[in-house]
Amino acid sequence: LSARRARLLAASALVLLAGMAAAGEMPLAGRRSGYDFMSRETRAMQDDDTANPGMLGVLEGGALWARKTGAAGRACAECHGDGRASMKGVAARYPAFDATLKRPVNLEQRINRCRTERQQAPALAHESRELLALTAFVARQSRGVPIDVTIDARTQPFLDNGRAAFYRRQGQLNLACSQCHDDNWGKSLAGNTIPQAHPTGYPVYRLEWQSLGSLQRRLRNCLVGIRAEPYEFGAPELVELELFLMWRARGMAIESPGVRP
Amino acid sequence: VANALVNVPARARRGEVIEIKTLISHPMETGYRRSQLGTPVPRDIIRLFVCTYNGTEVFRAELHPAIAANPFFVFSTVATESGTLAFQWTGDNGFSATESATITVD
Repeated sequence: LSARRARLLAASALVLLAGMAAAGEMPLAGRRSGYDFMSRETRAMQDDDTANPGMLGVLEGGALWARKTGAAGRACAECHGDGRASMKGVAARYPAFDATLKRPVNLEQRINRCRTERQQAPALAHESRELLALTAFVARQSRGVPIDVTIDARTQPFLDNGRAAFYRRQGQLNLACSQCHDDNWGKSLAGNTIPQAHPTGYPVYRLEWQSLGSLQRRLRNCLVGIRAEPYEFGAPELVELELFLMWRARGMAIESPGVRP
Repeated sequence: VANALVNVPARARRGEVIEIKTLISHPMETGYRRSQLGTPVPRDIIRLFVCTYNGTEVFRAELHPAIAANPFFVFSTVATESGTLAFQWTGDNGFSATESATITVD
């Protein structure tokens, strides 16, 4: 093996590796929100605040924001003031690293930590009406704000776990998230168009659910769809996947509360 | 407490056809479903929606099972005079909700 040949081989191996790393990533400019795949009627429903049923949750969340609760007898508003101003852009930054737990928490978990620690109230159940309403109220204030999760030395390992989960085949159907949402978006799966899986509108009012639902509910739906055992609500694996999806959608505008078919 | 969102134009010209939109939070449980334990889930729906314009009924809808949760109504009426549009939803289990909006007609 001549020195020149060896160099050439090494170089081509490097090119190959670089190619593999880039293959999975979606080009930033080619990304489209699930909104773009919806019918004209469903888009109109999301766009009009008096037709968007998710706004009923926002309305209720605004009332909960001002209500005193827990042993501390304190309302969200007493620390955070007018949520319409103080919560602007917050949802665009979650999941975010929690220094106490030493891991990222999503917006629902952040709200529940405020409840248990500051308000000394019991945590709200996942997918409960109150938790969805509060989350919708907070997320609504970030409408139009570009998604910007913080990736640093602390969150990088969790992002890597989330990315690995996204590209890992799982379940009895042996499918990875990426096989639908990277490789086959825009095509039909039964009667539905496969979106690119950017979490821009959560919590969303899904017409099929006839209610608001969180991103974790959506992820668990997908896991059941590929016949994998879904993780429990609040599981670290789901938060890591959320973190990866938000990073993958970085720069895209928050639409919360979105409407989806 | 029921949450309702109504959208009525704040101003209109006399004789103009105006569009009114209302949305209310309600589970609209059909009464045909069973729980995971097999017991029937009792029906809980809105039965009637009425809109009055300065006391005169301008729109009425009877609702039935299999209408989706959080019913959304869009209807139109003629702007005749300045005043109040009152909305009332009534249904099973003594459900009752009201909302109103004012309109200025020039």
